[in-house]
This record gives sequence, structure tokens and C-alpha cells, in this order.
Amino acid sequence: MRRHVPLALCFIAGVFMAIQYFIPHPSVQAWYERLLAWLQTLLAFAFLIGTVSLVRLHAHKIGHKVAGRGYSWVLFVGLGLMVGFGFKGRAPGSPFDFMFQNVQVPIEGTMFSLLAFYIASAAFRAFRARTLEATLLLLAATIVMLGRVPVGDLLHRSIPAATDWILNVPNMASKRGIMIGVGLGMMATALKIMLGIERAWMGGTD
Amino acid sequence: MRGATGFSRRTRPVGGPTIVTATLAALLLFPAALPAQEPEAPAPVAAIAPPAGVLAVDSPDDRGGSVDVSWDLSPDDAEGRVLCYRIYRSAHPDTGFAPVGLVAPGVSRFRDSAAPDGTPLHYRVAVSDGEREVFSASFGPVEALPQWFHRGRITVLIASLGFVVAIVYFVRAAKAGKDLFIRRLAGLDHMDDAVGRATEMGKPILFISGLSTISDVATIAAVNILGEVAKKTAEYNTRLIVPCADPIVMAVEQEVVKEAYAKVGRVDAYNEDDVFYLTRSQFAYVAGVSGIMVRQRPATILYMGMFYAESLVLAETGASVGSIQIAGTDAVTQLPFFITSCDYTLIGEELYAASAYLSREPVLLGGLKGQDMTKAAIGLAIVLGAISATLAALGVIPWDFVARVLVNA
Repeated sequence: MRRHVPLALCFIAGVFMAIQYFIPHPSVQAWYERLLAWLQTLLAFAFLIGTVSLVRLHAHKIGHKVAGRGYSWVLFVGLGLMVGFGFKGRAPGSPFDFMFQNVQVPIEGTMFSLLAFYIASAAFRAFRARTLEATLLLLAATIVMLGRVPVGDLLHRSIPAATDWILNVPNMASKRGIMIGVGLGMMATALKIMLGIERAWMGGTD
Repeated sequence: MRGATGFSRRTRPVGGPTIVTATLAALLLFPAALPAQEPEAPAPVAAIAPPAGVLAVDSPDDRGGSVDVSWDLSPDDAEGRVLCYRIYRSAHPDTGFAPVGLVAPGVSRFRDSAAPDGTPLHYRVAVSDGEREVFSASFGPVEALPQWFHRGRITVLIASLGFVVAIVYFVRAAKAGKDLFIRRLAGLDHMDDAVGRATEMGKPILFISGLSTISDVATIAAVNILGEVAKKTAEYNTRLIVPCADPIVMAVEQEVVKEAYAKVGRVDAYNEDDVFYLTRSQFAYVAGVSGIMVRQRPATILYMGMFYAESLVLAETGASVGSIQIAGTDAVTQLPFFITSCDYTLIGEELYAASAYLSREPVLLGGLKGQDMTKAAIGLAIVLGAISATLAALGVIPWDFVARVLVNA
């Protein structure tokens, strides 16, 4: 029963989702939209599960005096403050909005800005011309980078055209090849799950 | 308001007979007051020609409530005298027409997306020069109706059915014991080594299943891989840490890991707190996971699933703490970052093949083989299409055979 009911539900929902793609009739599309609405409702409840997990984990850290438990206190203070402010409203200028705009947004912006440094270090590692492939990569990357800035055109008029060729021909061909494989992989995985061949998502194959 | 006859809604300008009558009256009453020469009357502006050939049909392959209207452009359109075309609709052929849309000059089609279903409708198209509107004849009746099958997707249906047949065939062949060759995937071949390394070092394994939700197939593929990895970590008694960015994914992954531990008889070693929810916020998640990497210094980090801009920050942080890193994603834009920063990377479809590859179950491998054969068929179609299109462009064959058959099927 524990196996068969989820499998049956998965099969029915999967077949319906596949069929609805070919049936534009409103009676079928209404069900499709209803299922999407249910998904949204589920997601809303899921956040409760997530919050419970988060609170339990950090309460455990504090309770067992795990090293670094100070961060757990920071989490609880932040969580409590934002929940409290949230109840008072989230209009522009409210405490919730103030905290969001002046704490969370700058912190996330800072994390995002780190990407620039990581790109530099990753590029340095990738562009070391130790093999033929790495040399080709370095050459292509140099042309593309130069072709994307005005100085490339100043150096030689054909550099932007070469950049476009690299991006639109070999690069695009590779991307499309990968995308075709991904599309088939997605379909195969969905099919295997629908037919009950792939059951790892249920915790096993038995 | 008139139809095909081209009558204007506006009152016609005072014309010939009125002028003649007025001139005669003036001659009789005031002969001396008349000027020696009659002034020139302004040349009457020719009425704009109405559009013809109005045709209204139910919009194909839709959910109803829509009618496609087309017409031949007014001959005055080419001369730049047309300001716009206005489309009118009525339930009666002669009366009650109300405007339903407006298109620019040079446009000869319009989709009425507010047509009531199952009602006989009539359409007229009026051409306007800014001062007056001239109407076409009405066309109708036509009914907007929903369709039960999208004919434009028949090619997709045939291809999908072919794919299903290929998968089922190879799954059956695998069940029958046929030996199926699957090419080696270096990243997955080293999975055992990666788990073994963590065991020897006494450090945990970090499994990151991306930022997407459970409705993403890449996440489901990641969950499938997690099941296989969890079995190995349970066997080796190695700690497995799984920080999640989605609560539903967390619930599923907790269940998958728990089942995997139970399967190898190590349910006591399962710690629910090791599969936990972190946050939905992208860069807060990055900060949290980077913190875990730096504090726990995992021996092995696995990135499987859908990733966005966080991929490089995570992978570079992982590299900086000396972990063995294996990544797998179908996010084409993130692949270069993983290839650069990780030891092994599963590219695109290899992510979906990983579960079957790791488990080595014949039935799953059969599905994988069917997938490969379909890809070969698509590759063949692409090559044939390229040759056909080239020959058609060179005039060797009169038309592009493959394009006609495959695209316009």
C-alpha cells in the first residue's frame, strides 16, 4: 500500500500532465491550472516544514552546546525580529522593509559581488595553456573577451565578427547538442518515474 | 454604416447638382453681382476603398474564445492613405456591429480573443483614413470553439511515442537478460573513491542538490543519485550532510536517505538533522553552504541538480578547502564553471544517467539505452536535414524533403 498508492498517483498525474500538453480544451486545461494551484498551496505549507527543520537543527546546536552555536543565536534573533516586524506590516518604510532593504539586500549583494573574484580565479586556472584543448580555450576566450569590448574593434575590425562566429557556430552547436541530450534525459527520467521503473525518489526500488 | 458597397458613414460633401442650382439662382437674382469668372470648386476627395475578401475562421488548436479574421488590404493602403483597420463583430449579419480591435496599416489579420464560444458571429473590417471609415462586406457566421487536439503538436506526439517505444523495448530487452553496453562516465566511476576518501579521512561528504524545486526533473535526478550515494555512505559509515534550499526537496531527501540507510541495515546511523533546510534565498544559501564547507572541511562535495549563479562561488569555495568535487547539472550556462572548478563534471544528460549507472540495475540501464538510441535517431535526422537543405539550396533537389516531412508533418 505504501508503495502502490504513491506509484499510482505518480502515474496518473504524470500521464495527465503529458496528455494535457496535446489537449487545449478548457475542461482539461482547467484541471491543469487547478493542479498548479494545488502545487502553490503545497509550497506554502512546505515552508512551515522548512522552518521547523531549521529551528530544530539550531535549537539542537544550542542545546548541545555545539561549537559555533553563537551563529544559531544570530539566526533565532534575526528570525524572531523579522517575523515580529512582518506582523506589523511590510509596507515601504516599515521596520520589516527597513531591515530587508538595509540588511538583507546589501548582504546578498555582497555575496553576489564575490562572484567577480571567483570568476577571475577560475579563469586563471582554466586558461593555463598546458594542453592543446586548454590553448584553444584560451585563444577562443581571448577573442570573445576582446570582441565584447570596444577596444577589440579598435585593435582589428574582424575581432567582433570572429567573436560572433565563435558564439553562434561552435558554441551554439555544442549548447544545442547538450540541450537535446538534456531534453531526452528529462523525458526518459519522467517516463521511468511514471512507469515505476525508477523508484529511488520513493526511497528505494523494492 | 454600410458594407461592401463602400458607402461612407460620413455625410457626403455637397456635390454637383447643388452647385448648379445655386448658380442658376444667383444668375437670376443678382446678375450684376456675379463675378466675371466663376471661382474653381475644390476637387472632391475620392472615398477610400474598403478592404475586401474578409474571412473569419475559428482559431485552430486553441482553448476556444478566439476567431482569426483576415482580409485583403485596401488598395489605398499602398498609397499611404490608410490610418488603421478596425475590426467589428456582431451576432447578426447586418446590425449591431461593435468594434473588437484595431490594427495598423499593412496588417491584414487579427485575432479576436474575446469571442464568445458557440455563438454564430459576423465580422466586418473598416478602413479609416482618419476622417471616415469605409466598411467591407460582413462575413459569417463563424463560431469560436475549443479543440480537443493540438494539431500543431502532432510531430511532438509521434516523436514522443517513438521515444516511449524505444525505452520500453530496451527495458524489456534488459529484463530478458540482454547485455547492454553503456559508455563509461569518469565522474561516476570515481564516486566510490570519493566516498572511500571521506571514510579514510574521517570527514563528511556534502551533497548539494541545487536550488530548484522538486518539480524540476534535474532535482529528481539529483534525489535519485542521492539515494545511491547514501547507500555507500551508510556502508562506509561516513557522515552525509545534505543542506536543502527547498522544504519539499528536504522532506523527500530525508526519506530517500533514511530508506537508503535502512536498506543496508544501518538505520541507526541515520541522522535526520544531517538533511536539513537552509533557506530559499539564493545567496543566503551560498553563504550557509560555504560556511559549512569552511567549518566542516568535507572530503568530498557532490553538486547534482539545477544551479544558477551560485555554482561558481560554491565550487571555488569547495576547491579552496581541498575537497574532491563531482558536479552534474543540466544548466548549460553553469557547466563551464563546474568544469573549471570541479574534479569531474557530468554534462547535461549524464546527470539523468547517473542513477542508472550507479545502481547498475538492468531495467534502468535499458531505459538509458533507449535514450541513447533516440538521440542517435535525432542525430541522424539532423544530418539528413542538413544534407537535404544544402542540396535544396544548391538546386540539386527541387525541395527540402526532410524539412517537409519532419517539420511540416
